[in-house]
Amino acid sequence: MPLEPVVLPAASLLESATGLAAGAKSAVALVDLPFRDGYVSSIIYVSLYVSLVAVTLSTLFSVPVAIFLGFTDFPGKGLVKSVINTGMGFPSVVVGLIVLFAVSNQGPLGSLELIFTKEAMIMSQFVLATPPITAISLAAITGVGDDVRDAARALGGTRIDAALVVLKEARYGIATAVLAGFGRAISEVGSVLIVGGNITSADGISKTRTLTTAIQLEARQGQYETAMVLGAVLVALVLTVNAVVVRFGDRGVR
Amino acid sequence: MPIQRREVLTALGTGTLAGLAGCSGITGGGEEEASAGVTGETLTLTTTTSTYDTGLLDEIHGSFEELYGVSVDAVAQGTGAALESARNGNSDVVMVHARGLEDEFLRNGYGVNRRDLMFNDFVIVGPEDDPAGISGMGSATDALTAIADAGAPFVSRGDNSGTHTKELNLWEAAGTEPGGDWYQEIGGGMGEALNNANQQGAYTLSDRGTFISQRSEIDLVILVQGPIEGGPEILSNPYGIMAVNPGVHEDTNYDLAMAYIGWITSPGAQDAISNYQMNGEQLFFPEAVSEDPDFQQYVPEGWSSESSDA
Repeated sequence: MPLEPVVLPAASLLESATGLAAGAKSAVALVDLPFRDGYVSSIIYVSLYVSLVAVTLSTLFSVPVAIFLGFTDFPGKGLVKSVINTGMGFPSVVVGLIVLFAVSNQGPLGSLELIFTKEAMIMSQFVLATPPITAISLAAITGVGDDVRDAARALGGTRIDAALVVLKEARYGIATAVLAGFGRAISEVGSVLIVGGNITSADGISKTRTLTTAIQLEARQGQYETAMVLGAVLVALVLTVNAVVVRFGDRGVR
Repeated sequence: MPIQRREVLTALGTGTLAGLAGCSGITGGGEEEASAGVTGETLTLTTTTSTYDTGLLDEIHGSFEELYGVSVDAVAQGTGAALESARNGNSDVVMVHARGLEDEFLRNGYGVNRRDLMFNDFVIVGPEDDPAGISGMGSATDALTAIADAGAPFVSRGDNSGTHTKELNLWEAAGTEPGGDWYQEIGGGMGEALNNANQQGAYTLSDRGTFISQRSEIDLVILVQGPIEGGPEILSNPYGIMAVNPGVHEDTNYDLAMAYIGWITSPGAQDAISNYQMNGEQLFFPEAVSEDPDFQQYVPEGWSSESSDA
């Protein structure tokens, strides 16, 4: 089992995940940062909430699309794949501008009053996360050999059973796809700044401030040390989520 | 086969669930519902980086939020962007510092009920060795001309903010067209401009508030003072506040915007502004409360009912 060495540190990381907020607080206490109570945990919450909801929605959309593309042939499929691949490199600030236009008071969704809210941020993260999740899932699904499908059919499985066997074989690739989407969403700063507005309440509880926009704010003010600490929290967060996904991805094998 | 089917779904589901469960554990009372009070409405204020980055708004907003049971979403954007957000109906009230742009906003019908709010001043800051020799100059325009003649590096905000607008007005008044390798537009906030100038030993124009709040992080010094310290009047930096016109954007939160303007121009809040200090220095000087009438604060500069301008 080649994944075993990865899984062990992953388990210890998983344990530390629950104490992450406390860990962040002790890191803060270590450097004596000028943050108010609840500030760091609230921006971690907003970062996670926005990215996880966006990636979950994106996965629910992308994986079926990838399955459909992986199991059917139709004219223009190559074009659809190129569009998805191009989407992986789509600049996040442009996505932010488009979502801003959509949710702005005068825009098509203006009446929903989504500007400067977490929901608007989720929309832009969804748009950003969907292309990598779809493309990498599709690559994983098409990478499963025809012999696996044939074997499933030969054993008397239906088309759906064959599809599920392929999905099971492709699950690591799909997990990688989800992680890639999550990585893009949580590390992104341009679009969430534009549509979210980087807002905290007067008592220092984040409304639409994420770790990335908080880092940007600290750097803007020349407080590079506090920016670095927040950066370390962000890296720890991404590591933890990766470890959790790898661990659950591996459970199916044992 | 059905067993495998369930396994796949479980793998997909648990991954996302675990992630979400993790995030609810870290909430730490960050629910926004908790901070909303009796009326529970939210006021969106678009403002400049200088009012936000100095910490002033966080300091004073608590008492307004408590008084009305509302929450204030302050979005720090720079004057140009703050007015543009308001123009698009994305904010209820704007607090900015570029009278020319404010007047344009009023004339186009987007803003109503403008009040003078507070002021501080601009200062020209630069490296201590002062390669262009502007230290102590009594004229801001002479200082800029000296910087241009020396070709000494100068960092411009370049972001259509109030400070950028002031800087461009100063160059115009100096009769100098800035340009060339020494003149760098960075397209960022005041803090970024100060950092940038600090790292390359350049001059820049800063509002006094942001400079004071950031002084401990940088090595730049004030070379030309503003009017607060006896410098030229051209470097004054007045802040105004306006409500978004509900006649243009009918879903703007006009009642709350006016409550906010009423509160922030009241003696209590003006005292709070006056008492706000950083590193032992006062950052903003209130000017909304006065015995003498000042009708110019309500209308674009130079406007009168007799002129054809109406």
